Amino acid sequence: MPLLRVEDLHKRYGHEEVLKGVSLTLEPGETKVVIGPSGTGKSTLLRCINRLTEPDRGRVWLGDLEVTARGADLNKIRAQIGFVFQDFNLFTHLTALDNVRLGLLKVRRMGRREATERAMAELERVGLKAKASAYPAQLSGGQQQRVSIARALAMDPKLILFDEPTSALDPELIGEVLSVMIELAREGMTMIVVTHEMGFARSVADEIVFMEGGVIVEQGPPEVLFRSPKVPRTGEFLRKISELYGEAG
Amino acid sequence: MDLETWAKVVPELPKLLQGLLVNVEILLGLISLGFVVGVGAALLEVYAPRPVGFLASAYTWFFRGVPEIVLLFLFYFGFDQFGIKISAFLAAVLALGFRSSAYQAQIFRGALLSIPAGQVMAARALGLSRLGAIRYVVLPQALRLSLAGWSNEFSSVLKDTTLAWGIGVVEVTRQASYIRATDFTLTLPLYLTVALLFLVLTYAGNFAIGMAEKRLRVPGLEGRR
Repeated sequence: MPLLRVEDLHKRYGHEEVLKGVSLTLEPGETKVVIGPSGTGKSTLLRCINRLTEPDRGRVWLGDLEVTARGADLNKIRAQIGFVFQDFNLFTHLTALDNVRLGLLKVRRMGRREATERAMAELERVGLKAKASAYPAQLSGGQQQRVSIARALAMDPKLILFDEPTSALDPELIGEVLSVMIELAREGMTMIVVTHEMGFARSVADEIVFMEGGVIVEQGPPEVLFRSPKVPRTGEFLRKISELYGEAG
Repeated sequence: MDLETWAKVVPELPKLLQGLLVNVEILLGLISLGFVVGVGAALLEVYAPRPVGFLASAYTWFFRGVPEIVLLFLFYFGFDQFGIKISAFLAAVLALGFRSSAYQAQIFRGALLSIPAGQVMAARALGLSRLGAIRYVVLPQALRLSLAGWSNEFSSVLKDTTLAWGIGVVEVTRQASYIRATDFTLTLPLYLTVALLFLVLTYAGNFAIGMAEKRLRVPGLEGRR
């Protein structure tokens, strides 16, 4: 059974239809990279998956649990879906450790000692154990994003949604975040990543999804999409974005 | 106003301090009431659905718009009209407390609105309920940001406690007037002493709030004031 099934999602803001029927499935351990011009509904798609944004139509399943069901326990569902934001959204008043620990204590209802151990382990995983007692304002953008990844990981999510995780970072800080994400993909974490980092897409994506105008234009393995896209527009976009962001892959 | 007159104030000091203690009691009562109700009203104004938020706004409009002495009369004589006997002291705490809550609500409301929406979204994404996000993410930050404005409110209501004089509470200014009635030459030294007492209290209170501010300071939050 797929880990995630998204079926015919629609979302409209005023007159603008941002999602015009998007469907996709995600197998356990799969990494999907979503690309496309800005304003084509990529972020909205991610937010509709855990209903941070309420879709107008369409259905989402996490395993055999319907996320979009009426009366679905959203807090319980969201606790199983990690979310990493473009601008980190760390809690300003909490140290790195407390940022990671909050969900464990207040959502998972874990004991204090166990939560601390778990949070420290996750901080170590992203290479920031030494920064456990630092506040977000004392961390670089790259470090903040790694803490936010640790915060998502600590909840033991079934999948993690990354919404342009490196777009707010200085170029020299992008690498440290990407390498954490590459490591996660290799360890078999299931993830959907919205990004313009083509090198990352090439090296870890099982599939690339090209979105434009609120629909999925084309999707497939990176080597197929990069070499011989079926839709000319896909190739055009990939060439443009590769020029713009370089191609480390 | 020679030294001799001043010397006559000294034996009266215990009475003045006794009165001042009542002011401090009113202050503690009113500011706690104002804090709890103020936080509640601010939360409702910011987060509750329209009709409820509107009621909260109407509440703050009323208590910010009516003169304090009139509020004191309304509470003291108003309860009496309905056959509810409350002491002048309690009437003062309630009237001044609700009034302060309206001002405190404005302080908290501004602070609540300054917390980035993204942090609430991140909290919800972790699986926290809306209330959980407010309790663990928004409020701890908003209250810290409120401290500066709150110290202003503290200084203001501390002196307002003397208005309880108007409904017969035997606080420091009323004590002073009793003493003055026995010897009118004491008028100026008496009220200067009362003024001095309040200057000291204001200083001590703001010093304590300043200490709290320092203790609660978090890098990244202090700069947004």
